[in-house]
Amino acid sequence: MAVIKLSESKVNFVKEVCKSFNNDGGEVINVLHKVQGEFGYLPAEIQELVAKELNIPVSRVYGIVSFYSFFTMTPKGEHPISVCLGTACYVRGAEKVLDELKRQLGINVGEVTPDGKFSLTCLRCVGACGLAPVIEVGEKVYGRVTPDHVKDIIAEYR
Amino acid sequence: MINVTIDNKQIQVEEGTTILKAARKAGIHIPTLCYFELAGMKFENKPGGCRVCVVEVEGRRNLAPACATDCMEGMVVHTHTNRVINARRTVVELILSDHPADCLVCPKSGQCELQSLAQYLGIREIPFKGEQSHYRQDMSPSIIRDVDKCVMCRRCENMCNNIQTVGALSAINRGFSAVVAPAFEQDLVDSPCVMCGQCVQVCPVGALSEVDDTRRVMAAINNPKKTVIVQTAPATRVALGEEFGMPAGTIVTGQMAAALRRLGFDYVFDTDFAADLTIMEEGTELLGRISKFMAGDKSVRLPILTSCCPGWVNFFEHNFPDMLDVPSTAKSPQQMFGAIAKSYWAEKMGINREDLVVVSIMPCLAKKYECKREEFSVNGNPDVDYVLSTRELARLIKQFNLNLKDMPSEDYDNPLGESTGAAVIFGATGGVIEAATRTAYEVFTGKKLDKVDFTELRGMEGIRDAWVDFNGTPIHIGIAHGLANARALLEKVREGKEQFHAIEVMACPGGCVGGAGQPYHHGNSEIIKKRTEAIYREDLGKPIRKSHENLSIQKLYQEYLGEPCGHKSHELLHTHYFDKSKHVEISE
Repeated sequence: MAVIKLSESKVNFVKEVCKSFNNDGGEVINVLHKVQGEFGYLPAEIQELVAKELNIPVSRVYGIVSFYSFFTMTPKGEHPISVCLGTACYVRGAEKVLDELKRQLGINVGEVTPDGKFSLTCLRCVGACGLAPVIEVGEKVYGRVTPDHVKDIIAEYR
Repeated sequence: MINVTIDNKQIQVEEGTTILKAARKAGIHIPTLCYFELAGMKFENKPGGCRVCVVEVEGRRNLAPACATDCMEGMVVHTHTNRVINARRTVVELILSDHPADCLVCPKSGQCELQSLAQYLGIREIPFKGEQSHYRQDMSPSIIRDVDKCVMCRRCENMCNNIQTVGALSAINRGFSAVVAPAFEQDLVDSPCVMCGQCVQVCPVGALSEVDDTRRVMAAINNPKKTVIVQTAPATRVALGEEFGMPAGTIVTGQMAAALRRLGFDYVFDTDFAADLTIMEEGTELLGRISKFMAGDKSVRLPILTSCCPGWVNFFEHNFPDMLDVPSTAKSPQQMFGAIAKSYWAEKMGINREDLVVVSIMPCLAKKYECKREEFSVNGNPDVDYVLSTRELARLIKQFNLNLKDMPSEDYDNPLGESTGAAVIFGATGGVIEAATRTAYEVFTGKKLDKVDFTELRGMEGIRDAWVDFNGTPIHIGIAHGLANARALLEKVREGKEQFHAIEVMACPGGCVGGAGQPYHHGNSEIIKKRTEAIYREDLGKPIRKSHENLSIQKLYQEYLGEPCGHKSHELLHTHYFDKSKHVEISE
C-alpha cells in the first residue's frame, strides 16, 4: 500500500475542484489549470490525487503535465521573474538580460533560488513591445531593461 | 459498399474501411510500423504517427497515411510509386537517425520490425546525423525498458491503457523528448504495472523486452552441488515449435521434455501436475464456499475468482483492494509446484532445499516477478528459483545446437510429471474454470460426467458466461481474458449487477497461449487461435482428463498433504494478497 501524504487543506481544495468538474476524467486539463492556479505548480502528490479523484491513471495526468509547457512541477519563487523572449524583446537584447539574471540569481530557466525568493521563466510577448526588452517580476512590468539594471531590480525584492 | 482503385485493381469495400485494410484485402502489401492490429481482440493501434504507410491518392496534394485514411468512392490510390518509396525511405532514415545502432546485441534483433523495414527498403546508410535521445534504463523483475530505442508507435501505451486498463504507461513530454514512460518517469516497479508484459509482446523494437535469466539457469545446471529440476507450463508446449519453424499449433510436448534433458536438467517435470493440484485446492475451496452459501451463510464471498495468473493477481491488488478476500487463496500452479518440489519431493529424494534449484518454463513474464514474491520463499530460499519464457528456452535449445524437430518424444519424469487433460487446458482462456468444473461437478454431485467437454466455456469472446447444471443446482460461471474485460466484469460484480459463483480471469488476450513470454505473434491473432486449438487437442489425447483422477496427485494427498484445503495444504499451497493501491493520507 503506497501512501500519498498531503495537507488537509490541499486535499480538500483538489477534491472540490474535481467535484466542480463532476469528477470527469475528460476535464483533467481544466482541473489541472485550476489546481496549478492555486498552488503555483503541480507536484507529484497533487497529480496522484487528481488522478484518483478523476479515476484516471496518474500516468495520463503526468503525460499531460509534461506535454504542456504551461504546466510545471517546479514551485514558483515568492517573486516569479519572467523574461520576454518575443521577437521585439529578443532583437533588443533580452537574451543578455536573461543571462545576467541567471548569473545574479545562480539559477537556470525553470528553477527557483534555494531561498525560495525568485524563480525564472521565459515567455513570448506581454504586449509591451514598445518597451522592449521587457521583464516581469510578479505583476510588475519593467521596460527597456539592460543587464546593468538587473542588480537593482533584484535588490528591490531582497 | 464503395469502389476504390488501388494499384490499378478495382476493389469494393465497406464504408469506413481504411486504405491499408482495403489494400490488404486485395493482397497488396503496404509496409507499416506503428500500425498494429490483433484481429478479434478489439485491439487496433493506428496513431498515424510513423508515416511509413504513406500512399499517393490521386487529387490529393500530400501523401496519405494508409492506416488512418478511409477509402472514398472513386478513390484512386498508388501504393508503390517512386515518390512514395522515397518518402518511406526518408521516414525510416529519420527514425534510424535517432535509434541506437546496436542490432548486434539487441534482444529484439531478428524479430525487430524496424530492422525488417530498413532491410526491406534497402537502407545502407543513415544520411541524417543529429541529436540522439537518451533516457534512463529501467528493469523490473519481468521487463526491461530501454526507451532510447522507442519509436513512439504507442502500441504499448494503447495495450497498457485500453486492452489492459493498467495505466502504467503514457506518452510523456513533447517534441524530440517525447517518449512512453510511467508517471514521473518512475520505475515500472513503482508504477501500477502488473508485469503482464503485453507491452513487450507488441513493441516493434527493442525498447521493451524481457529480463533474460538463461545464464543464471545454465550456471545452476553447471554447479555440481545443485540438483536442478524444471517444470513446463501448459501453453509452452503448443508454441515452442514456432521458434523452430513449425506451424503455429504444433504440439511439441515430448520434444520439449527431451530437449530439456539434453540441456542438463536433472529431472524434467510438468507444471500440469501442479495444475491438477490447483484444481483439487481451488475446486474444493469453490465447493466449500458454494455449500456454505447454500446453507445460508451470508458471510461467504462469491464469486470465487481464479488466482493462477500473476498479472491478474497484481491487477486486483492494485485496483480492487476492497475485494482481496474474494479470489481463491490457492497459489498458482507454478508456485504450488515449487512448494511441493521443495518439500514433499525434496524430502523424498533426500535433497536439501538449498541444494535444489527449481526452474520454470513459462509463456509469461509476470511469472518472473511472481517467483520473487517474498511470501513464496522459505528463509530467503524461493520455492521457484528462475523462470524462463518460451522464447528464452528456444534460444537456449538453439545455443546447444539442438533442433526441436530432430528431438525424440520423451516422457516427463515422475511423480511431478504426471498430469491430466484438465491441466493442459489451463493454457487457454476458459480452461482453468472448465478443469475446475470437471472436478467440482463430480465431487459435488457424486456422479460421473458423461462428457467432460464443457464447450460452452470455450471461445475467444473477451467476456463470456455460462450456466452449468450441477445435477439440479445451476452454477453461474464467468470468464474474462484481457484485463479491461476483467475490470468490466469485476465492476459489475462489485456493483451487484451480476451474480456469479465462479469467475476465471487471465490477464493476456487468449489466456496463457497469448502470453508475453510466447514467441512473438506480430499481431497475427490466428496464431493464438491455432495454439488454443492445439491445447484442446492435447487434452483430447490424454487418457485421464479430470484432475482428481491423477494418480500421482491422489498419492500426494495420501502420503503427504492429507486432504484438499487441509492444514498441510493451507501451509504449502495457499497464499494471501496485499493492497497495492495508493492511499491519500493527511499530513501535518
